[in-house]
Amino acid sequence: MLIKTIFSGFGGQGVLSMGNTLANAAMLQGKYVTYLPSYGAEVRGGTANCTVAIGDEEIASPVASEPDFVVSMNQPSFLKFQSTLQTGGLILVNSTLVNVAAARGDIEVIEVPTSELAEKLGSIRAANMVMLGAFIKVSNLVSFQLMLKNLPEILGEGKAKLIKINKEALEAGYNYIKE
Amino acid sequence: MKRLMSGNNAIGEAAVLAGCTCYFGYPITPQNELPEYMAKRLAAVPDGVFIQAESELAAINMVLGASVAGARAMTSSSSPGISLKQEGISFLAAQELPAVIVNMMRGGPGLGNISPAQSDYFQATRGGGHGDYKIIVLAPASVQELADTTALAFDLADMFRTPVMILGDGMLGQMMEPVTFPAKKKERHLAHADYVLTGAKGRPARLVKSLILDPKEAEDHNWKLYRKYQRIEQQEVRYETFMLDDAAMAVLAYGTAARIARGAIKRLREEGLKIGLIRPLTLWPFPNKIIQDTAKHLHDFFVFEMSTGQMVEDVKLALEGKARVHFYGRPGGVVPTPVELSRIISRHYYQSQKRKK
Repeated sequence: MLIKTIFSGFGGQGVLSMGNTLANAAMLQGKYVTYLPSYGAEVRGGTANCTVAIGDEEIASPVASEPDFVVSMNQPSFLKFQSTLQTGGLILVNSTLVNVAAARGDIEVIEVPTSELAEKLGSIRAANMVMLGAFIKVSNLVSFQLMLKNLPEILGEGKAKLIKINKEALEAGYNYIKE
Repeated sequence: MKRLMSGNNAIGEAAVLAGCTCYFGYPITPQNELPEYMAKRLAAVPDGVFIQAESELAAINMVLGASVAGARAMTSSSSPGISLKQEGISFLAAQELPAVIVNMMRGGPGLGNISPAQSDYFQATRGGGHGDYKIIVLAPASVQELADTTALAFDLADMFRTPVMILGDGMLGQMMEPVTFPAKKKERHLAHADYVLTGAKGRPARLVKSLILDPKEAEDHNWKLYRKYQRIEQQEVRYETFMLDDAAMAVLAYGTAARIARGAIKRLREEGLKIGLIRPLTLWPFPNKIIQDTAKHLHDFFVFEMSTGQMVEDVKLALEGKARVHFYGRPGGVVPTPVELSRIISRHYYQSQKRKK
């Protein structure tokens, strides 16, 4: 098994930390994992993205030219990355900001009102974790329970104050997706 | 304990654990996370020194100064910055001073771009600067290998009193992977410390220089260096093979390219194509012998590089015309996928099978 996911959105939406959090969770579950941030000459307000590859054996290339999943937090990244998906691929979008009228007909689109759910929790900045929770429910790439248990370790030093809100956000996204 | 770390940061941590106390550098993408890490990390090390120099030239000459004073010193840069450091590297080689230089290659020539490439093979393995010298060049392919190679680089530099270059690329530097480090910091064992300038109290003065005006004396010095390089060629060749035993075609690639090649070979093996891999871990000294030995069993070598073809020349030199050499290159910062590469390899494979019939 080798699953590649592209996380994308505005710089500042926590797109890179979404990927980083997932990669850390996968590592703690003993998976092979690579995390590759985009480091191009980006502009303020432009798109940021990262690629996470998770597998059961050594990962040859951390680049995904045809990802299995795409997560898009804003309109430009939705338009940019939906075209990279394989037929039958799955894209999760932040429906608060993304208009999916222009979605391809051969892919599955899952809309999560990420920013709205985060605002309800009292922190728009947790929108990325709401999305990550939804993504984990949909993709089933890592164990959600194990991830919550190890959240302090995954988020790293100096984030102790943010564990509660991150946990709530992850759960809000996870529970938003119905079976 | 495993940690998820970028290649650049892993080199920094491994260097400190290997006893590196001095880092000097000048910013350039895609290796900036390394000096950033060292700035923070060396502040917590007793006698740790971090300097963001005014230029690459200043940085490499600071490395020279720290090295001759007996410290484990390193610098890092990316392609254009390494070009600037070459003069200093030549001086380090001439004065036989240990140092570690990290090159996270990017697309070139000129200013090029900041995407991963392998266009500095020549400037790394051919001595790079002026004069008759070589430096050891190591080519890791994962974050864990970057860490392990960093420790090895410092040891080799000490053992042979020579600069050692770690040749990575933007992808290896930026990518995060799980990595583990040795639990304990290593003590440095400097076998031949009789060159170190410590202040000549109670002993005759020492002189470390590269200016040798007497041609006869300079010739002796050059031959002395040459003998050292021969010793390195005999002792320090490192490589890895993958599915080579029954192969009808051998792919040669290093670093990021070798990872992609490995993925491609796995795919092709599933389709029944007998393809193996030779991955040099040392680019200089180059693993000539395994290539020559392999040529006794198979006659098609496929070289893949993220350049227009540099290592391919060393493969041809090793083979001395005894086998066919195929080449596929992607310069300028393009990283092909394993699927793309597997298609190219398979085409060459079937063509050469046909030719045999």
